[in-house]
Amino acid sequence: MTRCLLLSMHEWKQQHAPRLPRVDRVHLEVGTFTCVEPDQLVVTWSDAVKGTWLDGSELVIESVLLVGRCVRCQATYSPEPTDGFRSPCCRHPMEEIVSGRELRIRSVAYGFETATTPPTAPCPTPAC
Amino acid sequence: MHMPLEDSLGLNLLAANQHRADHNRAHFDAWNLLCLNVMSSPGAGKTSLLERSLAALSSRWAMAVLEGDMTTLLDAERLEAVGIPVVPITTGRACHLDAAMVSGGLKLLLQRLDPAGLDLLWVENVGNLVCPAEFAIGEHRKVALLSVTEGDDKPLKYPVMFREADCVLITKVDLLPHLPVDVERIEAHIRLVNPHTAVFRLSATSGEGFDAWHDWLGAQLNTIQSTPALIHA
Repeated sequence: MTRCLLLSMHEWKQQHAPRLPRVDRVHLEVGTFTCVEPDQLVVTWSDAVKGTWLDGSELVIESVLLVGRCVRCQATYSPEPTDGFRSPCCRHPMEEIVSGRELRIRSVAYGFETATTPPTAPCPTPAC
Repeated sequence: MHMPLEDSLGLNLLAANQHRADHNRAHFDAWNLLCLNVMSSPGAGKTSLLERSLAALSSRWAMAVLEGDMTTLLDAERLEAVGIPVVPITTGRACHLDAAMVSGGLKLLLQRLDPAGLDLLWVENVGNLVCPAEFAIGEHRKVALLSVTEGDDKPLKYPVMFREADCVLITKVDLLPHLPVDVERIEAHIRLVNPHTAVFRLSATSGEGFDAWHDWLGAQLNTIQSTPALIHA
């Protein structure tokens, strides 16, 4: 998963070529009905980016809760594995998923290095 | 120092993999074949399923296999013995196949045969009920196996795999008389996470259930081959 994220970030970087963006934060939305463990992804990210153009960047993950919509009673609900993901009102199986499958790069906070210029001395010309 | 900027992307985290999967899929469509991604936990019976199905179907359809395995060629050798072209894909430490690995396997397959002559391409994924569910490889259908020896709780413990599956095969049903497991309960749990998936009960040892499974395969193949490819690779 980390490798795929790095590849996606590489594709994003190409959009800014030849300039090299310095990335501060990568914001992800990760649904709870996915195979991604956010804490593990954060740890592997910090290891994977060391020594690369993404070194020093932070991975910020927002969890998106699983929400289902019952096709029978139209209620939205939070499916629970311990309850077989059923609709709590009519016990219907989970058919429609409203959210929770997200694996999305929401945004990237970044910048470009600017050349530091020495402070300019006061202009000696009084009229200036 | 730098000027702070922010790009709103809304980009799929797996976008890079999805691009490669879409490319694989365009090839499959251009070759007019059905590609199956066969997934399960280790030991659920993927290779035994393929051995039986390949032997039974080889006179009806032209087939080949991309065989994913972490370290060995053991499964690939078993399937080669059936007389079907098999390309092993050794994933090393990776616990799943991704679209790039399958693309590499296709290149090797192209050296051996013309895929346009195939009806069915089987991709046997690495044994794992977690990661393979998230990584598209360009397949037309996802097939998940669950053996009766694994217990009835797995669809609820690994719901993404069974939610994503177009077809779930409950395998090793010949062992049911010897196990304290309720196959009706297994199927009920599958349908809780995926109410409309096709479910078949099979035994690769006795052959029970294979006719219905093969009929389902035939229906999928007809659907694919009667749909003109819109995108050509």
